[in-house]
Amino acid sequence: MRPFTYSRAASVEDAARTAASTQGARFIAGGTNLLDLMKLQIETPTHLIDVNHLGLDRIEPTAEGGLRIGALVRNTDLAADKAVRRDYAVLSRALLAGASGQLRNKATTGGNLLQRTRCPYFYDTRMPCNKRKPGSGCGALKGMSRSLAILGTSDACIAQHPSDMAVALRLLDAQVDTVGADGGRRSIPIADFHLLPGETPHIENALKPGELITSVTLPKPLGGTHVYRKVRDRTSYAFALVSVAAVFEKDGRARFAFGGIGAKPWRTDAADAAAPSGAAAVAEAALSGARPTAHNAFKQQLTARTLASLYRQKGA
Amino acid sequence: MKFDTPATTNPIDRGRVIGIPHDRIDGAAKVTGTAPYAYERHDAAPNAAYGWIVGSAIAKGRINAMDLRAAEAAPGVLGIVTHQNAGPLGKGNMNTAHLLGGPQIEHYEQAVALVIADTLENARDAARLVRIDYAPDQGRFNLAAERDKGVPPEGGFGGPADTKAGDFEAGFAKAAVKIDQHYTTPDQSHAMMEPHATIAAWNGDKLTLWTSNQMIAWSVGEMAATLKIPKENIRLVSPYIGGGFGAKLFLRADALLAALGARMVGRPVKVAIARPQIPNNTTHRPATIQRIRIGADRQGVIDAIAHEVWSGDLPGGGAETAAQQTRLLYRGPNRLTTHRLSTLDLPEGNAMRAPGEAVGLLALEVAMDELAEACGVDPVELRIRNDVQYDPEAGPQRPFSSRKLVECLREGAERFGWNRRNPKPGQVRDGRWLVGMGVASAFRNNLVTKSGARIGVDAKGHVTVETDMTDIGTGSYTIIGQTAAEMLGVPLDAVTVRLGDSRFPASSGSGGQWGGNSSTAGVYAAAMALRAKLAEKAGFPVDKALFEDGLVRLGNQSQPLGTLAGREGLWAEDSMDYGDLTKRYAQATFGAHFCEVGVDIDTAEVRVRRMGGAFAAGRILNPKSARSQVIGAMTMGVGAALMEELSVDTRFGFFVNHDMAEYLVPVHADIPHQDVLFIDELDDKSSPMKAKGVGELGICGAGAAVANAIYNATGVRLRDYPLTIDKILAASTGKRVA
Ligand SMILES: Cc1cc2nc3c(=O)[nH]c(=O)nc-3n(C[C@H](O)[C@H](O)[C@H](O)COP(=O)(O)OP(=O)(O)OC[C@H]3O[C@@H](n4cnc5c(N)ncnc54)[C@H](O)[C@@H]3O)c2cc1C
Ligand code: SF4
Repeated sequence: MRPFTYSRAASVEDAARTAASTQGARFIAGGTNLLDLMKLQIETPTHLIDVNHLGLDRIEPTAEGGLRIGALVRNTDLAADKAVRRDYAVLSRALLAGASGQLRNKATTGGNLLQRTRCPYFYDTRMPCNKRKPGSGCGALKGMSRSLAILGTSDACIAQHPSDMAVALRLLDAQVDTVGADGGRRSIPIADFHLLPGETPHIENALKPGELITSVTLPKPLGGTHVYRKVRDRTSYAFALVSVAAVFEKDGRARFAFGGIGAKPWRTDAADAAAPSGAAAVAEAALSGARPTAHNAFKQQLTARTLASLYRQKGA
Repeated sequence: MKFDTPATTNPIDRGRVIGIPHDRIDGAAKVTGTAPYAYERHDAAPNAAYGWIVGSAIAKGRINAMDLRAAEAAPGVLGIVTHQNAGPLGKGNMNTAHLLGGPQIEHYEQAVALVIADTLENARDAARLVRIDYAPDQGRFNLAAERDKGVPPEGGFGGPADTKAGDFEAGFAKAAVKIDQHYTTPDQSHAMMEPHATIAAWNGDKLTLWTSNQMIAWSVGEMAATLKIPKENIRLVSPYIGGGFGAKLFLRADALLAALGARMVGRPVKVAIARPQIPNNTTHRPATIQRIRIGADRQGVIDAIAHEVWSGDLPGGGAETAAQQTRLLYRGPNRLTTHRLSTLDLPEGNAMRAPGEAVGLLALEVAMDELAEACGVDPVELRIRNDVQYDPEAGPQRPFSSRKLVECLREGAERFGWNRRNPKPGQVRDGRWLVGMGVASAFRNNLVTKSGARIGVDAKGHVTVETDMTDIGTGSYTIIGQTAAEMLGVPLDAVTVRLGDSRFPASSGSGGQWGGNSSTAGVYAAAMALRAKLAEKAGFPVDKALFEDGLVRLGNQSQPLGTLAGREGLWAEDSMDYGDLTKRYAQATFGAHFCEVGVDIDTAEVRVRRMGGAFAAGRILNPKSARSQVIGAMTMGVGAALMEELSVDTRFGFFVNHDMAEYLVPVHADIPHQDVLFIDELDDKSSPMKAKGVGELGICGAGAAVANAIYNATGVRLRDYPLTIDKILAASTGKRVA
């Protein structure tokens, strides 16, 4: 951990302004990802701006009939929220499938969206990694890549996006609301929020320097049957090999989003369109363009099987 | 005291305190955070500076140059230990690679420097400023590729590299039913809760180490050899240990570097090996390749059995002796076991809970399941048919001291409801789950070793025991207290137990499941000596005197212990040493594991639904802590079966998943109810305690029972551990798992 200074923001505008004008500044929310990375000097901010006391911890209905979730709402509180459980059950289930109780008590909505990859080469600073150290090469591509992504990757980086929550948000077409360094506000559709690695895997999202997430907004409830199925190497407290978030309608239509397989939370129109044709068709559509390694090729079959399981249970 | 003839009736047989389930006497201190662990001994070593280990960034090669200037100039830095300034160091016999590397590098993450600073944060930060220029060499990191270069290993705990009886090849050739399969097990990490940690302080030429170590006397010797100072100048203190599983049998880098660091900066220094450093800096259980051949008649009676094992280690290291149990577990006149050791430049392989058997049984007990199926014999019945009451390599002249494998199988099967198992795989469905049951025998050698203790009683009749025995979470404090209480006829709360200090008499230490039986036998010896002194003071013949209710009694005369001890108190010290009973009798612990799993018909997720085990391990000194040991070990067996694996990057030569987010061990949700039955057994040839080890038995075979249950559930036979989702999917070609 490099020495750093610390301040509490006075307002969201102040936070964004300070972040943009202070070299090496970062926001700190729950700290469950950032502090670990700082200890390993994977992240080396020189100044931390605490955004915990800005009233961003509320969940409230929107005029459009949706829900606005403050960026600092803890994962535990969000998963337990009555409206979320009633109208957006897939989000609650995805949250509860992630991390552990202790971590969810600290982890925040904004921080969860921005958590960094779990690629093991990213975590060892002696190893090459384009995401951690641009231009140093990708240690995983020809190394141990069993947990990594098969979709949206590039030759520069095959890291997976590890979040469960973000998969549900992708499914629900959430918007990420921000305030910029100039005090301007905007909403970024979740589909555009995370970026694919391309040649620049160190650039992971659409936020501009200093831009602060203030909330995440969900549109009107979708209805339907909400499921989140996470397949992993142990029963709890492990990142997904494959996860599927789905909302099934009575008439056979459905929508899907996927975790564990994409460089970002994965969703395609083609997969949703294939829903009435069954699990195999959805899998084929979702996995179109997959570029697996020898270690993670099984994720294709596992995605298809996980979908088959969801269809089977839906029928049951 | 020497134990060289079988035990007769003795005070332990009263069973008033011994054999009764007791809470741990150290439990409250541990769960309330008042039991200080090594890194927390600020009370004993105030003003300690913090050391942070710099690990090598290459697996093999040399350090060309080290540039310490930036690190030395960093805030709070007090000094940096490297091979260049550490002075001439010796090396102990028990660690293979040097604990402080350089200029030669022997493995990835080998310690090459210790940065010492006023705070942990400053030390850790400055450690990143140490600039090292390496000249890497090509290393050997792939066991499969190096396998055929393996040579018979020398020394070690596992007996000879190879054994033979009869004519295996001939027996196998004419067998009616043959099994011939290869199995592989991966490198595994101990993953104990408390990392290796030490505070070191010098007082003149005297060194004190507050550390976390399973073997006090060994490690004093190893430290003396490494620092080239007399053993008498070293005190090692390790009363509380947050798990070890073999990782803390030996001196490690934390202790050596803390000592060197404290000498350099002239004040106490504390060092912990950080969690992400542990898998590559310290030891691990080595990967194995195993081949098992069994030839049997159509009823499954074994005529020929061979177990060949390949593993690798650093030059000068040891083999994983995974064929050990195959030498003793089943009958058959024609036998062969071999071990071959290849040179690998991965981090050091060494003992982890039940070295040898833990992975040997993952192979052998699956092979037995395969044999049962090939013969159409129930797997429990197959094992019963192949029981043998003597060492099958030596013949009937070397019987087992006690062996209740058949009882474990029968009673265990009954309790588990084994008769409900459908022998045909892939038949039982429960919703989305395919359900199956598996069985495996448990076997672990019983090792006994010399152990000493000192025991005293004060004027109030309170008893104190001191021995350098360690409690690594196993319950040593409690069984030692129980032994003293039983021997002197006082309640458990009238005994204070002090452990883990090299000032106390040398004990067996904790390892190889020898500690429980051996250390209490040492306390028995000391207590016999104290009983003699007390009886003499009372004027009673010691063989007639009764020790009960805090009194020494003869007929209707009695005297309180405290009165006899007087104001000075009365102390005695002795140790238990062993004759040749372990040569004349094969000594081992036995058991049977039963497991029911569900395998998701689509995704191949495996859920253990029930586990049951029956175990025979001599006298069970404290059924509560013994059960805890067994269920903990069964849990570790589930880990070995389903998830534990250090993944080797064969390009860079290191274990990639070197933290607890990536190296998975079972969590609560993976472990269902575990039923444990101890079969009544007293082993009079093991020790006066008539006990045997039980700390490792539970892992032995547990994983194979899981593997066999997966086969019964799905018809998918896997021989490459761990049995992860991807492997099950690859082996099940259809649209569903079964
Ligand atoms: C052992 C372990 C297991 C885990 N398992 C899972 C799992 O199974 N599934 C899963 O989904 N997650 C898992 N996680 C990750 C966990 O969900 C994240 O660490 C957590 O959600 C991050 O939230 P935080 O508030 O602590 O973020 P922080 O660590 O505080 O911040 C993370 C990043 O977001 C930035 N940031 C935070 N808030 C804002 C904001 N409002 N605006 C702009 N930037 C911001 C920070 O600057 C930082 O870069 C696991 C974590 C650990 C340690
Ligand atoms: S996959 Fe991405 S994160 Fe992993 S080593 Fe390659 S560049 Fe780094």
